[in-house]
Amino acid sequence: MRPRRLFIDGIASWTPTLPDWPTLAQALRNEVPPAPDAAPQRPSADLLAPNERRRAPESVLMALQVAQQAVVASGQDMAVLANVFASAHGDLPITDALCRTLAENPLALSPTRFHHSVHNAASGYWAMASHSMAASTALSAFKHSFAAGLLEAASQCAADEQVVLLVAYDTQATGPLASVNSSRGLLALALVLAPAPGPASHWVLDWRLGQSAALAASAPLRSETALRLSQNASGDSLPLLQALAEGQPANLSLPLGPALCMNARLQPWPLAGA
Amino acid sequence: MKRVAGTLAPQVATIAPVAVVTKGLVCGTGIGLAALQTALERGEPALQANHFSTTPLPTHIGRIAALDDLRLPAHLAAWDCRATRAAWLGLQADGFGAAAQAAIQRHGATRVGLVLGTSASTIGASELAYRSLAPDGGFPADLRSETLNTLHAVTAFVQQALGVQGPCVTVSTACSSSAKAFAQAERWLRLELVDAVVVGGVDVLCESVLFGFQALGLVSPLPCQPFAASRQGISVGEAAGFALLQRGPGALQLIGHGEANDAHHMSSPHPQGLGAERALDEALARAGIAASEVDYLNLHGTATPQNDAIEAALVARRYAPALHASATKGLTGHTMGAAGIVEALICLQALETGLRSGSAGSPAADPAMGPLFAQQFKPEAVRAPVSVAASHSFGFGGNNGVLLFGRGPA
Repeated sequence: MRPRRLFIDGIASWTPTLPDWPTLAQALRNEVPPAPDAAPQRPSADLLAPNERRRAPESVLMALQVAQQAVVASGQDMAVLANVFASAHGDLPITDALCRTLAENPLALSPTRFHHSVHNAASGYWAMASHSMAASTALSAFKHSFAAGLLEAASQCAADEQVVLLVAYDTQATGPLASVNSSRGLLALALVLAPAPGPASHWVLDWRLGQSAALAASAPLRSETALRLSQNASGDSLPLLQALAEGQPANLSLPLGPALCMNARLQPWPLAGA
Repeated sequence: MKRVAGTLAPQVATIAPVAVVTKGLVCGTGIGLAALQTALERGEPALQANHFSTTPLPTHIGRIAALDDLRLPAHLAAWDCRATRAAWLGLQADGFGAAAQAAIQRHGATRVGLVLGTSASTIGASELAYRSLAPDGGFPADLRSETLNTLHAVTAFVQQALGVQGPCVTVSTACSSSAKAFAQAERWLRLELVDAVVVGGVDVLCESVLFGFQALGLVSPLPCQPFAASRQGISVGEAAGFALLQRGPGALQLIGHGEANDAHHMSSPHPQGLGAERALDEALARAGIAASEVDYLNLHGTATPQNDAIEAALVARRYAPALHASATKGLTGHTMGAAGIVEALICLQALETGLRSGSAGSPAADPAMGPLFAQQFKPEAVRAPVSVAASHSFGFGGNNGVLLFGRGPA
C-alpha cells in the first residue's frame, strides 16, 4: 500500500488536573512540574443542555468537552462532521454499577443506566449535541484502542475524502472491576483530521500499516505526566500526544496488535522550506 | 466528497463491489446456514420461554441450546464464557474457520483484517463474577482476567482462534454494530490496507440486555410480532455470524453501505426516521442504484411499537410497492450487536436461493401503517429470484446502518 496523507486541524485534551491541550502539552514538554495536587476539575461539556449534562456520565462529559474544543479549533462545522469514538472499556464506573445492580436486584436496573452502558453513549450524546447526522461510530481494541480509532478515522478521511472527528477516552476502573481492569485516571483527547490542508492545518501526518518490528523506532515517553497518563486505557495515544506537544517532526509507530502497527511520519505544517 | 449542511445525505461516490466469499452462522435457529434456511422456509416462530435469567423475567428468547455444555479447546480455555463459546461455534459452522485460515494462507496473516460488532460482548462473565465475588471483594479466581472482562474480548478471542494479524477492531454501536463492520471492512479493502476481512457479530443472552430492555419497557412477554398491530416489544436472542470479504467481483457481493446518526435521542428513534433514511440514501449512492431496484428488504423490525411504525413509514415512502419486505426476529430473536450480520446473511441466502423469507410471528402488518406498507410487508415466504437485497440495522444512540447486497458475475 502507498502511504496516505492527512492533516490535523484541531487538537483537544482533558484530564482532571490538566484540563486543556495547552496545559497538557506544557506538562508533556516538561515545562512545568507535574501538579498532582491541583484541584481536579469536572469537564464542562457546555454543548450539552443542562438537564442532559446533569444526567450524563463523566465519560460522556469528557468526550464531549474535547470533541467540541477540537472542532472549534479546526474551524469546521460540527453539524456535518463524521465522527469516530474510540474507548477501550467505555464507562467503567457505569459497568461497575450495572453489574452490581444485576447481582443484587436485576429488576431495579434503571433505564438511564442501561442506555449509558452502551459503548456508543458518548457518540450518541455528541450527535445530539452537535446535530451531526453524519456517520458516527464507537470502537474498541483493548490496549490498542486509540490506534484503532486513529486508523478508522484516517481510513474514513482517505476513503471518502472527508473531514473526520476522532475522540478517544477512557475512565478509571472502580469497585470489583478494579481487580481485573488496570485503567487508572481519566483521559480524553480529540483530533480533527482533514484530507486536504486548510487554514487550521498545523500538522501533516503520512501513515501506512507496518510490521511490528518497526516498533523500536517509536519514541519513549519523556515526562512524568506521560508516564502517569499511560496508565489510562487510552494511553496508547501518548506517543502521538507527546510528539504534538514537542512540535518537532517525529516518526511514530503505534501498535495495532502483536504483529501490526500504524507507522506515521508527523511534521509541522506548512512543511519547513516549502 | 462534498457534504451538504443539515440533514441531507452526503454526495458519496460509488464503490466497487466487495465479494462475500464465505459465511458462517449460529443462532436460535440452530448451527449453520442450512438450519437457518430451513427455519426461513418453514417460517414458524422459533422462540422459547425465558428460563435463562437468574431472576425470572416473563419473556421469550432466541437461545442457542448448544452453548450450555460447549467446551472450548484447551488452548483457548482461558477465554471461556457464553460469548466466546458462541463465537467458537459460529467459526465451526459452515466451515467458516477453515475458509478464513485458507485466506490467511493466500494473503498472509497481516493482510487479513477482523471487524466484529458486539453490544455486550463478554459482559456475562463480569455479571457472573459480581454474583460470586472473592473474599477480597474482587473477581473470583477463575474469572479474574483483564482480557476476558472487556468489550474487545470476543474479537480478541476470534483473532487468536483464527490467527488473523491484520487490523482488528470491535465496533460497538448497539444494535447496528455488525452492519457497520461491513462498512469498515469495505474501506480497508478499498484503501488496500488488507486483502481480506473477516466481518461478523457476536452477542449472547446476558442479564444486562434482558433487564436493560426490560427497564426501558421494551421487552415483550409473548414471542415478538414485528409490525403486527398486537406487537408488544422485543424478544432477545443470541447469535454469532461471520462473513469473509475480499475485493470483488464475486457471486455474492456487498454493493453499498450507509451510516448515519439520528442526532435525536439516546434510546428512541427519530420520529421521521431521518437518520435511517440518510443511511439508506448513502448506501444507494454507493451502490449507484435507486431504492426501487431493491427486491428484498430485511427490516430491522424489533417489534417495539414506535420503532416499527417509523421504519414502516420509511419503507412505504422510499421503496417500490412491489418490494418484498420481511422481519425475521420472530425466528432469531433480536440478537443485538449480531443482528446486522444475521440479517445480512439472510439477505445473502435470499440472493443465493431465491427464498424471500416471511415474517415469523406476524400475521399481517398493523393497519395503522397504511396500505402501501401492508402490500410491501410479507408474513409468508415466497420463492422468486432476488437481484438486490437490503438490510436495515438501527441502534441506540441514534445509530443507523443500511447494507445492500447483489449478485455478481462469478
